Amino acid sequence: MAETNQPLPIIDIRDVSKSFTFGDQKIQALSGANLQICKGEFICLIGASGCGKSTLLRIMAGFEQPTSGEALMWGKPIDEPGPSRGMVFQDYALFPWLSVRNNIAFGPKSLGRSTAEVKDICDRFIEMVGLQKFADAYPHQLSGGMRQRVAIARVLANDAELVLMDEPFGALDAMTRERLQDELLDIWQRTKLTVVFVTHAIEEAIFLADRVVVMSPGPGRIESDNRLTLPRPRDVASPEFNEIRRELSAKLHSHHGKKAA
Amino acid sequence: MSDTTVLPTTSLRWFARLKSTALALVVPGALLLLWHVATTRNWTRLIPSPAETAEYMRDFAFGGIYDDAFSATLHIHLLASMGRVYGGFLLAALFALPIGMLIGRIPLARATLDPFFQLMRPIPVTAWLPLSMILFGLGAKSAFSLVFLGSFYPILLNTIFGVKNVDPKLFEAASMLGCRGNAQFFRVVLPAALPSIFTGLRLGLGLAWFVIVVGEMTGVPQGLGAVIMDGRTLSRTELVICGMIVIGVVGYISDRLVMMLGNYLLRWSPTHHG
Ligand SMILES: Nc1ncnc2c1ncn2[C@@H]1O[C@H](COP(=O)(O)OP(=O)(O)OP(=O)(O)O)[C@@H](O)[C@H]1O
Ligand SMILES: [Mg+2]
Repeated sequence: MAETNQPLPIIDIRDVSKSFTFGDQKIQALSGANLQICKGEFICLIGASGCGKSTLLRIMAGFEQPTSGEALMWGKPIDEPGPSRGMVFQDYALFPWLSVRNNIAFGPKSLGRSTAEVKDICDRFIEMVGLQKFADAYPHQLSGGMRQRVAIARVLANDAELVLMDEPFGALDAMTRERLQDELLDIWQRTKLTVVFVTHAIEEAIFLADRVVVMSPGPGRIESDNRLTLPRPRDVASPEFNEIRRELSAKLHSHHGKKAA
Repeated sequence: MSDTTVLPTTSLRWFARLKSTALALVVPGALLLLWHVATTRNWTRLIPSPAETAEYMRDFAFGGIYDDAFSATLHIHLLASMGRVYGGFLLAALFALPIGMLIGRIPLARATLDPFFQLMRPIPVTAWLPLSMILFGLGAKSAFSLVFLGSFYPILLNTIFGVKNVDPKLFEAASMLGCRGNAQFFRVVLPAALPSIFTGLRLGLGLAWFVIVVGEMTGVPQGLGAVIMDGRTLSRTELVICGMIVIGVVGYISDRLVMMLGNYLLRWSPTHHG
């Protein structure tokens, strides 16, 4: 088999299904999903609302356990959340009582780093996301874009190898979103992170991803896995970009037709 | 935060403060005027005029005018009442905070304790008065216990509410950052519950001042409630009014101080400013 030649994937989702019981109903959120992610890849998950994107991400984070199948990181089952897998939530989930600096320090402190180390780490990541002036501000004093920068710095400060992002820029205006996309790519390229990024927007996925994974609902499953070879930085106005957008858009909407028929 | 509007802020702030103080004085000022007019025009002879009351108050505080049993005794009564108010309040907080945290976070504690407290809560403090007089006798202990009861429930209920209603996302955020299990109690639950706990403490302290008069009607020799009771039995209305004013003013100052402390401790909270 070809498998033996391939390097061990950082994330290996094997035949994962997940169902929730909701009252007396059983909801099949995910059915037979398979996905291998290699270190350093930037993966975007797209798909209609309710197709299980968040569920898959939460399984990778360790917040949920698969009903059947296996979710592995470096070959070991993911059975609880941990600092190697950082989550960036759409609504930030910053600790409102902590300043920017202390939000970023939360993880390193939990891992028992020394005060001097914590200070170094915070300085480095506050600078990385450009919030030096706001280091002592509280989350409610920041704009949405700044809050999301703190949330990103918070997981990076904890040495996360894998960053899971659930529609992180969904609540931001277009200009802020574009800036954060650029900054995220910049950080990703400098740090060799692995990123799994959920989004509703095809453009965002094509702009960011090495691979765009299209999911479809009822029950949630992985429809197709598309490797993008467009050189970076990508130009959203280029014909190649548009060609890919058309293709993906067709894939994304194909199951609507199937379902109606 | 914005650096464009730095110049005029200090003078603007002073003006705003002046305006809010002036507005706050409108209603009390009007009432004072009404009181003055009503008593000086002899619409009523049952209560003394503001000027007379002010004179009684001076005598109550410093003596030297009437030199009766109540002259220059304000500080004695005030200290006695404050001791009961803050003592009862602190004791209530000492019990209500941990019990509230247990009920809010531990299902077993909730199942065993919550129904009991729900059952006891509707009984008003005043209804406890006779029983507490039987149990603790006529005196300071009885007053103390009523203050305790009065401030216990607001602290308890707000603590339960606060520790129970922590945004579940924050637990997920903490656990993915490496803070799990019991460590979350101090690093997530407590700070997240602080605004509610603080509201509970503030209400509790307010209620402590509220019930002190009832508590001191149990026959204690000293205290502002006792002064009011004595004023009633001796038909000295001015004494009653002086006692009321002192309770009002001291209760207000005490609340403002707690409020200032809260604004400082909860400066991170966008919804907590008063
Ligand atoms: N905790 C839960 N309890 C019950 N049902 C759930 C739970 N979490 C998710 N579901 C269900 O699982 C399905 C997939 O949900 P999921 O949140 O993964 O979708 P999604 O692709 O992220 O959607 P969206 O794009 O709207 O965020 C939905 O039908 C949802 O109702
Ligand atoms: Mg989702």
